[in-house]
Amino acid sequence: MTELRYLAPGTLDEAVGAFAAAGSAARILAGGTDLLVQMRSGILKPGVIVDIKKIPEMTAIEETADGGFRIGAAVSGMALAEHKNFGKVWPGVLEAVNLIGSKQVQGRASAGGNLCNGSPAGDSVPAMVAAGAIVTVQGPDGRREMKVEDVPAGPGRTNFKPGEILVSFTLPPRPPGSSDAYLRMIPRTEMDIAVVGCGVSLTMKDGTVTSARVGLGAVAPTVLLVEDAAKALIGSRLDDAALAKAASACSAACRPIDDKRGTIAYRTKVAGVLLKRTAAIAAKRATGK
Amino acid sequence: MNLVTNNKWIGQRTIRPDGMDKVTGRAQFAADTTMPGMIWGKILRSPHPHARIRSIDTSKAEKLPGVKAVVTSKDIVDFPIEKGAVMLGIQDMRWMCRNVMARDKALFPGHPVAAVAATTEAIAAEACNLIEIDYEVLPWSIEIDDAIKSDAPVLHEFNKFDGKPSNIVGRLEHKKGDIAEGFKKADIVIERTFTTRPVHQGYIEPHACLISVAPDGKTTIWSSSQGQFMVRAMTSMLSGIPQSDIRAIPAEIGGGFGGKTIVYLEPLATLLAKKSGRPVKMVMTREEVMRATGPTSGSKSTVKIGATRDGKIVAAHGTFYLQAGAFPGSPIRGAAGCSFTPYDIPNLLSEGYDVCSNRSKVAAYRAPGAPIGAYAVECVMDEVAERLKMDPLDFRLKNAAKQGTKAAHGPVFPRIGYIETVEAAKASPHYAAPLGDGHGKLRGRGVASGFWFNAGGESSAQVNITEDGNVVVTTGHPDIGGSRAGIANICAELLGIDYRRVSVIIGDTQTVGFSNLTGGSRVLFASSMVVTQSTEKIIQTLRERAAKIWEIDPEAVKWENGAAHPVSPNAGQFEPLTLEQLAEKAPAMGGPIGAGVQLNTQGADGGFGTHICDVEVDVDLGIARVIRYTAVQDVGRAIHPGYVEGQLQGGVAQGIGWALNEEYIYTKEGKVDNPGFLDYRMPVCSDLPMIDCIMVEIPNPKHPQGVKGVGEVPLVPVMAAVANAIYNALGKRFYALPMSPPKVLEKLESADAAGCGVEA
Amino acid sequence: MAKVHVTTTINGEPMEFLCEPDDTMLDALRGPLSLTGSKEGCASGDCGACSITLDDRLVCSCLMLAVESEGHEIRTIEGLAQGDRLHPLQQKFLEMAALQCGICTSGMLVASDALLKKNPDPTEEEVRFWLAGNLCRCTGYDKIVRAVMETAAEMRAQ
Repeated sequence: MTELRYLAPGTLDEAVGAFAAAGSAARILAGGTDLLVQMRSGILKPGVIVDIKKIPEMTAIEETADGGFRIGAAVSGMALAEHKNFGKVWPGVLEAVNLIGSKQVQGRASAGGNLCNGSPAGDSVPAMVAAGAIVTVQGPDGRREMKVEDVPAGPGRTNFKPGEILVSFTLPPRPPGSSDAYLRMIPRTEMDIAVVGCGVSLTMKDGTVTSARVGLGAVAPTVLLVEDAAKALIGSRLDDAALAKAASACSAACRPIDDKRGTIAYRTKVAGVLLKRTAAIAAKRATGK
Repeated sequence: MNLVTNNKWIGQRTIRPDGMDKVTGRAQFAADTTMPGMIWGKILRSPHPHARIRSIDTSKAEKLPGVKAVVTSKDIVDFPIEKGAVMLGIQDMRWMCRNVMARDKALFPGHPVAAVAATTEAIAAEACNLIEIDYEVLPWSIEIDDAIKSDAPVLHEFNKFDGKPSNIVGRLEHKKGDIAEGFKKADIVIERTFTTRPVHQGYIEPHACLISVAPDGKTTIWSSSQGQFMVRAMTSMLSGIPQSDIRAIPAEIGGGFGGKTIVYLEPLATLLAKKSGRPVKMVMTREEVMRATGPTSGSKSTVKIGATRDGKIVAAHGTFYLQAGAFPGSPIRGAAGCSFTPYDIPNLLSEGYDVCSNRSKVAAYRAPGAPIGAYAVECVMDEVAERLKMDPLDFRLKNAAKQGTKAAHGPVFPRIGYIETVEAAKASPHYAAPLGDGHGKLRGRGVASGFWFNAGGESSAQVNITEDGNVVVTTGHPDIGGSRAGIANICAELLGIDYRRVSVIIGDTQTVGFSNLTGGSRVLFASSMVVTQSTEKIIQTLRERAAKIWEIDPEAVKWENGAAHPVSPNAGQFEPLTLEQLAEKAPAMGGPIGAGVQLNTQGADGGFGTHICDVEVDVDLGIARVIRYTAVQDVGRAIHPGYVEGQLQGGVAQGIGWALNEEYIYTKEGKVDNPGFLDYRMPVCSDLPMIDCIMVEIPNPKHPQGVKGVGEVPLVPVMAAVANAIYNALGKRFYALPMSPPKVLEKLESADAAGCGVEA
Repeated sequence: MAKVHVTTTINGEPMEFLCEPDDTMLDALRGPLSLTGSKEGCASGDCGACSITLDDRLVCSCLMLAVESEGHEIRTIEGLAQGDRLHPLQQKFLEMAALQCGICTSGMLVASDALLKKNPDPTEEEVRFWLAGNLCRCTGYDKIVRAVMETAAEMRAQ
C-alpha cells in the first residue's frame, strides 16, 4: 500500500515546492468535496495531499483598488456569500458558486476546486467565464495569469503546467448598469450535477446592451465562452429576435454527449432556453428593475 | 370483538419509545457496534453481467499479511437445483445460496464471487484484488424485451417455457368470467402498453452486520434487517449451524421498504468468522447496495379495459412482465393480483410473467409489484373516464369493489373502505380547489387508486410486569415505521396506565418467540393481536389476585384505570389495588406477573387508497414538479396517527421519485451507471410539497383494535396519479416511467397526440 | 501507514485521537472517537447523514479529512442536547413524529440547528432548500419541515 502524506503548509511557496516535488502523485486539497469522493471510490490514490487552506491568500476575499474582487482559490461558497459586497456586484457568480452541492458542500467547496476538477458541468465555471475572470496560478516557474476559459482542457484536465497551483480569481471592476446571472437545468431542485449551465454577464445603458459575455456548461468537453451569443445580445434591447439569435448561437455551440444525465437533443435545446432566461435575469438586475 | 371506545392512548400522538435514542445519536444501527478482536470482511464481486466461473485461486490473497479467512461458494451449503425448491417464506433457498455467492456462474455485475476477512478494511480490499478468477464471459441481457427473445442468452438452462430453455421462469393468472365475451359488450375499449424502470428501495442505511462464532459454534449476529428470525434461518441454512446456536440480535434498522427481507452479508460474515475465529464486521458501500441489493423489477405491462357508454367496466385484461433479475421471483403476484382489485369487473384476466435477466435479484419493495400494475391500470382508467366524459373519481365509484365483491385473486370482500376513500377524495378541499395560475408553467391534476393485500402471519409477544409495577413488552418485529409507539399506546390503553410506563423492545431470536418478517404491512396488525392477548391474560391474573386479597370471586373484580376495583358495591367495599400494589405483592401471591402469546394471526384485510396529485410543468425544460398532493386511505384504526400519516407521506414521496426521476441506468457493458445518490435521483426536501393525508377509519372487524396494515398501500397509486396529472397539464399521455425532463421534452416536441398506445 | 496524531475540540471538549492520513472525519468520529451518531449513508456527500459542524459551519464529515480537524472545533449530534435537556429541535422531532427509522435524524437535526442559528425565521422554502442535502426516505419530509418551522417559531417567541 502506498503511504499517503498530508501537508498543510502556511505559505504559497512551501505549497508550490511540496506540490511540485511530489509530481503526479500529489493532489491539492481545498474543500475536498471532489477529492475525497474520488479517493473513497478508489478512482484516485494520491501519495501527497497539500491542504492549501492554511495559506492566507488562498482563503481571502479582497476588493481591489479599482473596484474589482480577488477571491482566493480555497474560499468556500458559504464564505463568499457572507461577504458584504460581493453578492451585490456579482450576484450571478455568487449564485453559481452556491449551487455547488448541498449546504454542507457549500461550506467547503470552492470555485477554485470547481475549476480545477475540470468537469464541464462545474456550476461556477460558466459564471466565471461570463464574468471575464482572470486566474492567477503559481508554479515552480513563478506566477502567471490566465483567462478562466483557458483553464479547462477537457473532462478532468486543465491547462496548468506541472506543479502549478491555482491561487485566485480576479473579477474586473463593474461599470454602471452591469450585472450577471447563472441558471442551470437539473432534474431535481437540488443536489444534481448540471445538465446544462448558463452564465450571462451584461452591461446596459438606456435599455441597450453595451457589453455581454456568455458562458455555457455541460454541453461540450469544456465550459464554453459563446462569443456569438454575446454578439447577438450586444447592441440589442434584449428583444425577442436578439434573444432568439443568442439562444440559437448557444444551441449551435453545443457539442454535448448522451449520458445518464441528459441527451444530446435535450442539452442542445435547453442551452438556448437557459440563455433567454439567464439574460432576462441579468438584465433585470443590471437595470435595477 | 368489541372495539375499545373512549380511548385515552389509542389515537394519541405519543412519543415513540425509541425516539430519545434516535434524536440524540445513541441508537445503535447495524454498523454502530464493535466487538473485541473484530476484523473486517469484504466481498469480491463479478465485473461481468454473465460469466461462467472456470476457477477461483485464492492462494495469493490468503498469503497476504493480515488476511484471516477467505470464503467462496464451496464453503456455503448448496441447495442443488435438481432437488427441487426449499422454501423459506417466499424465498427459494436454491436461489438464495446462489445469490449470496455465485456458484458456477456469475449472473450480474456485482454478484459476489468470494469474500475475505482481514485485520483492516484496506487489507481485506487489497486481498480481494489478489484473488484470481478465470471467467468465461457469456452473452447477456438485461431488458425484458431482450431477455424474452427466442435467441436470448438463457440464465438458467434447466428452466423451460413452452418446452424450450427460457428466461420466462414463472407465470400466474387470475381469472374471472370470460373476457372475450365481456369485451363484446363494451362500447369503449382502450388498450395501452407501459414500461417502468427498476427502482431501488433507497434506504439510507447500507446493509451491515457484525458476527461472532465461538469455537463451540455458538453464533451471535448483530445486524439490521426486516426480520431477525429470517436472518437466523437463512444463515443457519447456508452455514449449517443449527438455529438453536444462532442468536440474531436486531439492530435498529435504517430503512428497509422490503429490501432487507433477505440476507446478503450475514452468511458470508458467519463463515468468515467461523474460519478465522474472530468476530467479523461487514458494511456495504452505497455502490454495493445499488449494484447488488434490491431493487424492484422493471416492467412491461399491457392493460385493456372495456366499458359501456354508461360507465360500467365489462371486461379487463392485464399482462404484466416483470424483471426478476438473476433468479426467479419477481413480484408478479402483486402486479397481477392487486391492480384491478379496487374494481368490480365481471370478466377479468390478469396475467403475470416472471422474467430473469442479468441484473441483481429483485427484493421486495413496498407492496411488491402492486405499484407497477396499478400504474398501468390506473392510467388506462383515466383514459377510459376521459373518453366517457366522466369525472375520474365518479368512474371509479361506479365500478368500485365493496362488501361481497369477489376479487379475481380469490377472496370475497368483507366490509372494505374503498368507496369511502374515493368519496373522501371527492369531498376533499384539494379536489375542490382550482389549480391556480402556473405563471407560464402548465398545471394539471390527476387521481388514482390502489390496493394492497396486507399480511397476517406469525407473531409472538411477551408482556411482563416489573417488580415496581411498570410494563415491559417484547415483540419479535424490527420497528421501521413507529410500531413500538403503536404497541405502547395499545398496551397502556388496555392496562389503563400512562403510556410512558410501557417500555416496548424488540427481542432477539433467543429471547422472544418466532415472529415473521416486518413486511406485508403486518407488524402493528399482528403484534398488537399478540400483545393484546398477552395483556388480557395479565389483566385476568391481576383480577384474580385482587379477588384473592379481597376474598371475593374474580368475576366480581374489574380492571379500570390501572387498578383492580370491585365491579359494584354489591361485590364489597374495597380500596382499589393498583398495578404497583399488585406487583409489590406478587412474590407472595403466586409469583411474577407476565404472559406471552404466540399466534399465526389471521384476518388482515387488504387496504385501499385514493390519491390526488397536482403538477406543474415547465414546458421549455420538460421539468414536472408535484405542487400539491393528498393521500386518502382506509387505515382501519389509526393507533398512532402521526406514524400512520408518516407511512402515507413516505410512500407518496417514494412514488413521486419513481414517477419522475428514479431509474436504474445501464452502460453498454451491462453495468449500473448510476450506483449512488448523486445520479440515482431520489426526491430531496425541496422537490416535494407538504403531503396531505386523509385517514378514513373503517375498523377491521377481525382485529381487537380495528387495525389494518397501512405501510404499503400509499405507494401503489402514486405513479399513476402523477402521470394522470401530467396528462391533464399537457394533453399528452406518457406510457413510460420515469417522466424525467428529457423524456417530457421529447414527448412535447413529438407530433403524436396520444402516445404509443394501441386503440381498439 | 503511520498514524497521525490530531488534537481538536469535539462538542466543547478537548480531544486527541490517532488516525490514518486518508481517514475521513466520519471515520474518526465513528472509530477512535466512538461517536456513532453520525452515520455513513453514501460516503460521497449526497445524503447528509454524517452532517457535523466545523467551526460552526455545516459540513459532511465524510467529505473532510480527519487530520483537517487539527485545531478546529467540531460539533456532532451527540453535542446537541445540554446534559439531559434536549435541544428544542430534538424535542419537537419527537413530538411531531418527524422521524421514522432514525438513520437520517442525526444529520437532519445538526443541519436544522445550523439553519436556525443562521436564520431564526426561515420560510418553508428556505427550510426545504437548506435541508436538500439531507436525504430522508421514510417521511416524505413533511413532518421534518413542520417540526423545524414550529421549533423556529417557539424559539423566536422565547
